[in-house]
Amino acid sequence: MTDDLRELYQEVILDHGKHPRNFRHPADANLEAHGYNPLCGDQLTVYVKRDDSGVIRDVAFEGRGCAISTASASMMTELLRGKSEAQVKALFEAFRHLCTVGDDGAVPAELADDLDRLRVLAGVRQFPMRVKCATLPWHTMTAAMSGTDEVSTE
Amino acid sequence: MTMSAAAAAKPQRGANTPAYDVSRIRRDFPILARSVHGRPLVYLDNGASAQKPRRVIDTMRQVMEEDYANVHRGVHFLSQRATERYDAARETVARFLGAEAREIVFTRNLTESINLVAATFGRRFFEKGDEVIVSEMEHHANIVPWQLLEMEKGIRIRVVPVDDAGNLRMDVYESLLSPRTKLVALTHCSNVLGSVTPAAEIVRLAHARGIKVLLDGAQAVVHRAVDVKALDVDFYGFTGHKLYGPTGIGVLYGKYELLAQLPPYQGGGDMIRSVSFAGTSFKEPPERFEAGTPAIVEAIGLAAAIDYVTELGQDAIAAHEEQLLDYATKRLLEIPGLTIYGRAPEKAAILSFTLEAAHAHDIGTIVDREGVALRTGHHCAQPLMERLGVAGTARASFGLYNTREEVDRLADAILSVKEIFGP
Repeated sequence: MTDDLRELYQEVILDHGKHPRNFRHPADANLEAHGYNPLCGDQLTVYVKRDDSGVIRDVAFEGRGCAISTASASMMTELLRGKSEAQVKALFEAFRHLCTVGDDGAVPAELADDLDRLRVLAGVRQFPMRVKCATLPWHTMTAAMSGTDEVSTE
Repeated sequence: MTMSAAAAAKPQRGANTPAYDVSRIRRDFPILARSVHGRPLVYLDNGASAQKPRRVIDTMRQVMEEDYANVHRGVHFLSQRATERYDAARETVARFLGAEAREIVFTRNLTESINLVAATFGRRFFEKGDEVIVSEMEHHANIVPWQLLEMEKGIRIRVVPVDDAGNLRMDVYESLLSPRTKLVALTHCSNVLGSVTPAAEIVRLAHARGIKVLLDGAQAVVHRAVDVKALDVDFYGFTGHKLYGPTGIGVLYGKYELLAQLPPYQGGGDMIRSVSFAGTSFKEPPERFEAGTPAIVEAIGLAAAIDYVTELGQDAIAAHEEQLLDYATKRLLEIPGLTIYGRAPEKAAILSFTLEAAHAHDIGTIVDREGVALRTGHHCAQPLMERLGVAGTARASFGLYNTREEVDRLADAILSVKEIFGP
């Protein structure tokens, strides 16, 4: 097996891919969006519960996808509880930077630990065709927050 | 071992066809000598697009270096030369399908061939409530053009299901044929399942009721000889790049008397007899459907590809691919947790599969690192994916240059997927 494959398919990712966390449809979710990757047919729905002050109280997802998109969605749902929308967007920006450029970009100090937890996904940078797999859940999350029903990677 | 012994055991076209020497044939394809990620390339994505023999590459270069000008326009030497070669390419395609040259329309690809039928035959003859019959295993190229007509004219699309092995349900097909049916538009060979549909029977049943038939031959012409007159089919389309030819060139065959009844497809130069603001008259088929400067070099390149394939012998190629498919099916079924989709008795060398442990996309990424090129995903056949109950499959599609050793490399690469993802 090549080193870049070993880096892409780390144990943590395989574990999240096989046993995704927060893989459910919360009854009290008040936002949701559907994400779709037309290239491979992968799709997921992200459910969000946002309180009146704009803080994310719960994030969950359902759908079917490859190990990378499932693991990315699973890890995302673990990190976003208690975050403001601005923080979600800043973390997504930093994560996208990590997946495409390879460094942390301008990650705010208070999100540095969260970005560290996403670092296991940085191996996708060696696989340009797979970056969309990693970012689809985040695109879907931001679509849910902005009230967009559907998001596609194209 | 080489495939020559096995191929020679099968009946071949022409008594003097030499034994099928795959290692010699591979040397005709320059790209097969390259490596990918440090491993020798194993190219098994022929169903998406095939690699090009030197004959095609050299022919296209030679046209551009020595014989190039616009066609059907100039009186000068090069225009005449280019016109002769372009017209000869049409003759070559016609011979390949058993048709007449005037029945061969050049298009960009199969997608355009089908859109051309929808835009001309469909616009002229379809009325609200008329029906087009397709199948569950169509490529999107043979679904969406009819959906556009559905929106525009209120026609209906009826869908023939496939059974679990991937055979077209001929009983349902027959029951769907009705006085409302205006066209049967079916694949001749599924790009996912490899199932070859019983084309002659499809045509016979439709014609018995006065219904025209269009066959999508994109995969079929690659894997077997097709004779449109023997099939008696009304329209038949294929694309050049899957047949070892260039991109940007496709073919639509149509029976001449049918083409002659159709309105133009696009308007422009080359398709008109005379133009004035008082009224314009159009040329006869096939020029009527070829507005603008055509893909001259690509058409000549396609003819070179057809010459190459017919010289190898389509029956010999089919026999070689059948051996590969049998061997690949056997090797892959040895892998626990692997499911093959499509077990039709009449099947081209296309092998779709899933692994219990890994998603198709992950399979594709991992085997790529082993130098093995597969297609993964929905293969532009989402309704079929729905029918199979999968998000996507991995697909190995074999060509005339693939070998048993490459099948072994594929099997090994799949085992490396299981190494990562577990049993």
